[in-house]
Amino acid sequence: MTDRVPVLKIGEVLLVSIQTDLDDQMVLDLQEDLSNRIVATGAKGVVIDISALEIVDSFVGRMLAHNAAVSRILGAETIVVGMRPAVAMTLVELGLSMSGVRTALNLERGLKLLRRIAAGRA
Amino acid sequence: MKDYAAECASLETVPVSTSGDVVSMRQMVRILAQRGGLSLVHQTKLVTAASELGRNMLVYGGGGSVRAASVTDAGRPGVFVEFRDKGPGIADLDLALTDGWTSGNGMGLGLSGARRLVDEFDIESGPSGTTVRIVKWAK
Ligand SMILES: Nc1ncnc2c1ncn2[C@@H]1O[C@H](COP(=O)(O)OP(=O)(O)OP(=O)(O)O)[C@@H](O)[C@H]1O
Ligand SMILES: [Mg+2]
Repeated sequence: MTDRVPVLKIGEVLLVSIQTDLDDQMVLDLQEDLSNRIVATGAKGVVIDISALEIVDSFVGRMLAHNAAVSRILGAETIVVGMRPAVAMTLVELGLSMSGVRTALNLERGLKLLRRIAAGRA
Repeated sequence: MKDYAAECASLETVPVSTSGDVVSMRQMVRILAQRGGLSLVHQTKLVTAASELGRNMLVYGGGGSVRAASVTDAGRPGVFVEFRDKGPGIADLDLALTDGWTSGNGMGLGLSGARRLVDEFDIESGPSGTTVRIVKWAK
């Protein structure tokens, strides 16, 4: 049994705060846990905080994009928050477009963006 | 590429046979990058490239070993990393290095992206395995 990234429910929002360097199995588990929790809770929004992540490679990048797409189909909007500048620069050079993934500078702005989306203003 | 492995007094070696090993390998590479004085952006690029190559080694090469060391060139510090597996090899290297080409269900960005992220990139592949060597310099 490997470690799993906790998915917290705060009101209508699911919050995932990634605190450790993830191995690929943890990334896959998180993807599965998140979609299950969206369905189980009826959450309308997901915030994934990656401010502690020192790198985002193609595997994690794909998980973030995949998760955004799956969540949307399940009725929840995903915001990825806290990406470090060095990580963003590296992602671009790697060639990952991260299209379809909404981002915000930090948790506070991410939550604000979710409220605006819920109100139909973004 | 120069034979950095032969020049190095001390090479750190880690086996990569699980996804947890890839995490440890990334940490080893990051520590060398920090010690070598690479900027944060350079560290991030190097560790990301190492992550891609380590995963390829595991997924397509059935695992292998990674050697890494601090190197210098005309006084400029850098980090050398070598990924060696005994897998089936890559039949068409040019194709494998094309953005978006994957034989599996990846995005086909690992090899080509890793090459862009480092300063030196060298790949040898044949039926008895694949070896990729990279260097990132502190600028
Ligand atoms: N060590 C290796 N041994 C054998 N084949 C390899 C190795 N590394 C890469 N390949 C081959 O080269 C292809 C391209 O690799 P690359 O890392 O660019 O893409 P990917 O692993 O398929 O997807 P991604 O890395 O974007 O998730 C792979 O699909 C695989 O066929
Ligand atoms: Mg790959």
